[in-house]
Amino acid sequence: MGSGAQSLTLLALFLPFLGAVLAPPLCRALGHGAAWLLAILPALIFVHLAGFVGIVSSGEVVAGGYDWIPSLGVRFSWYLDGLSLTFGLLISGIGTLIVLYSGGYLKGHPQQGRFLSFILLFMGAMLGLVASDSFLMLFVFWELTSITSFLLIGFDHGREAARRAALQALVVTGMGGLSLLAGLLVISSVTGATELSALLSTGGLLRESPLYLAAFVLVLGGAFTKSAQFPFHFWLPNAMEAPTPVSAYLHSATMVKAGVYLLMRLNPVLGDTAAWETVLPLFGAATLLVGTLLAMRQTDLKLMLAYTTVASLGLLVMLTGYGSERAIEAAVLYLIAHSLFKGALFMVAGLIDHETGTRDIRRLGGLARAMPITFAAGLMAALSMGGLPLTFGFIAKEEIYAAVEIGMGVPVLLLGVAIVGNMLMFAIAFLVGLKPFVGAAGKTPAKPHEGPALLWIGPLCLAALGLLAGLFSQMFHAAISSPMASAVAGNPVEIAASSVPHLGLPFYLSLATIALGVAAYFAHARIRFGIAVALAAIGWGPDRGFDQAMRGLLRLSFGATRIVQNGRLHIYLTVVFLAVAVTLLVPMIVFDELPAMPQFPDLWLHEWTIVLIAVIGLGAVVYAKDRLTAIVSLGIQGFAVALLFMLFGAPDLSFTQFMVETLSVVILALVMTRLKLTPSDHRPTHEKALDLSVATVCGAGFGLLLLKVTQVPFDATLSQFYEAHSRALAHGRNIVNVIIVDFRGLDTLGEIAVVMVAGLAILALIRVGTPQAPAAKREA
Amino acid sequence: MRTLIFRTAAPYLTALMLLFSVFVLLRGHNEPGGGFIGGLIAASALAINGIAFGVPAVRRAIHFHPMAISGFGLLIAVLSGLLSFAFGVPFLTGLWTSPEIFGLTVDISTVMFFDIGVYLVVVGSITSIALTLEHREDV
Repeated sequence: MGSGAQSLTLLALFLPFLGAVLAPPLCRALGHGAAWLLAILPALIFVHLAGFVGIVSSGEVVAGGYDWIPSLGVRFSWYLDGLSLTFGLLISGIGTLIVLYSGGYLKGHPQQGRFLSFILLFMGAMLGLVASDSFLMLFVFWELTSITSFLLIGFDHGREAARRAALQALVVTGMGGLSLLAGLLVISSVTGATELSALLSTGGLLRESPLYLAAFVLVLGGAFTKSAQFPFHFWLPNAMEAPTPVSAYLHSATMVKAGVYLLMRLNPVLGDTAAWETVLPLFGAATLLVGTLLAMRQTDLKLMLAYTTVASLGLLVMLTGYGSERAIEAAVLYLIAHSLFKGALFMVAGLIDHETGTRDIRRLGGLARAMPITFAAGLMAALSMGGLPLTFGFIAKEEIYAAVEIGMGVPVLLLGVAIVGNMLMFAIAFLVGLKPFVGAAGKTPAKPHEGPALLWIGPLCLAALGLLAGLFSQMFHAAISSPMASAVAGNPVEIAASSVPHLGLPFYLSLATIALGVAAYFAHARIRFGIAVALAAIGWGPDRGFDQAMRGLLRLSFGATRIVQNGRLHIYLTVVFLAVAVTLLVPMIVFDELPAMPQFPDLWLHEWTIVLIAVIGLGAVVYAKDRLTAIVSLGIQGFAVALLFMLFGAPDLSFTQFMVETLSVVILALVMTRLKLTPSDHRPTHEKALDLSVATVCGAGFGLLLLKVTQVPFDATLSQFYEAHSRALAHGRNIVNVIIVDFRGLDTLGEIAVVMVAGLAILALIRVGTPQAPAAKREA
Repeated sequence: MRTLIFRTAAPYLTALMLLFSVFVLLRGHNEPGGGFIGGLIAASALAINGIAFGVPAVRRAIHFHPMAISGFGLLIAVLSGLLSFAFGVPFLTGLWTSPEIFGLTVDISTVMFFDIGVYLVVVGSITSIALTLEHREDV
């Protein structure tokens, strides 16, 4: 890959972020028409990525990158194989349509620029996530998708439900992100790899490691929360609070598939173990069942689709974990098919909502005449979702049955789940894509009419693509599906399934599914009622559990705060000094590093006198009758020490010590007058004894540490360096000051910043709770 | 605290200490001293003046809010570091020039301005704390 193409790819990865910056001013200038311009960016990315299809389908990999932090071995690097390329094409392709759709959907909305900015921001994050080679990038982009998802769900932040849903999504996926980070750390510590490409070539190293299970569970924590697997599925339906373009893009076509992407990506190194092939199908199947059943319960078009998305993600996880090549083929096909038809159906649902004012399935009917293009798009997408012949969805479903049919025992169970799931999904597909358009006209808040081109272009394109991919399946397989399946399986895979029915067990199962699905379609009202009754009987769900957990967390933190922050200065100080004493003494004792008894010092008389003054000062502190005397006496001791510094050749230190002592006495005295303490000390004896012992232990710790430090052989390297270079390099003879302002200037800069911030904080602390006269306030 | 002797001596003391603090700041590169210690001396000078004549008098005398002085100091310190970039050397590298002023060779450096920044931050922050604490006594 030449450096020109390399910089183009880098540009492609950053284009969405550029768009995010441009979106608000463009929208202010051009209104909703800005969407046409902004859609050019993802379209360009799509074209750039499509240029790699030839290389990747021939089994090659597009990799490149730049050094980011070379000293830490961190690279900004990408790795495009069949898997990431397909994801990249989906993200940029559907993204183009979504930007257009958003232009129409939020036409005239005062915050449209902000919305498009968020959408593009998300696009950049998601693109980065699937293209990343380095673990660090993967994680950063993973978190960025969570954050942008939070912003988009909470877009309508005036509503409480939207805020709650946004927070919930952030908490659930954010926790998963942390779990993923831990998982990646475990993986890189086991294999030594910090990049996916390197990891994929480590073979069975990870599987044989004793830490395999830890890595496995942690990675699942990330993938299951992101991809809304049971029991973490609840955030996804709540995320439907977001405007429909978001639901279509993030919460069906792309972001929620990030978890599946991760599992597929790591399948070659984490998969093929008993744990992988038990846990994934189990959770996947549970999610599939729960998702479809709950979807039947809903009457809101978007919620029905949301729950089937949960179900589809379950199906994908189940297939990814199934462990056969056929299942991986099925997962790959279904993933692509799902992105196409679900994105289209969401946009259709949004269109219906936009033009009629309601999404309630019970109030919609007979829209075919008023909204023919929408009907066409909805029907085509429903055909694919229902898995009828000639569509891409059909190929996917055939492969699913073909993958699961072999074997007895657990596979039979999974087969049953797959049939029930598919049957209900068939019913939902037509409830969304067909039912609103046929039958008697419903009473809708607004008079239905066809939406503008900006709105129907997206769903129509996606739905048509689902049919085209089905019709020209062999070409599509060669270019897209086979390379992707090869990347997931870790070895070359050739997909041959076609959309033309051929006799065999999978076909009979398909027929049975369709028959059952038709029955479910007509009986949907009764099924809905039955599920509602059953849910009412259970009464508790993870969604409510989330609220309970959050409340519990709040109560816990309140409780902890009451214990730790009880507002009594005396306890705070005792804890601080005890901690200091422990850190000073325990290591010395544990590692047997106590200092030797020092020699008796050989001092002059005047030096002894100064030591004596210090001791007298200390005695005065202890025996002082009132606090002010004690503080001043402490200053005596400090001055004595400063004199000692002076006598022993540290004028700078001594100078500073004098000033610090003076100021601390002044400030302490001022603080004391402010605290309104009694002038003298009235602590009961037992408290005095406790404080005395804490003080003694602390003092002993410092004393012993200093003694020990002076007994360790002196390393003169630094002193010699400064002595030699202070004059020559920094033109200064005062080594201390040269170190402060020149050699270690950056440290000093940090320190004075801290001094200033501390000054501000103290200022604020003193002002709080001191009611000042208005005149004084102006004065201050 | 407001004895006659103290109030008479305080202005001289303050003036001398302020002068001394600048002296200490400027000699710091070659002799004991520097921005930090100079700042502490100046801060104590202002604190003494505050005790003698009250906080409002000091605030009027220094004209700016002490925290603004502190912020200005931080700004000078950062700017003196940023100047390095203009000469293509790493952040905070000392730059020296020795112009002749009235026949005297004067060494001027970014390091000196950095030290002045340190001085101002320390003066501003400590004075701000001391004055705010002293303020109550006047009310």
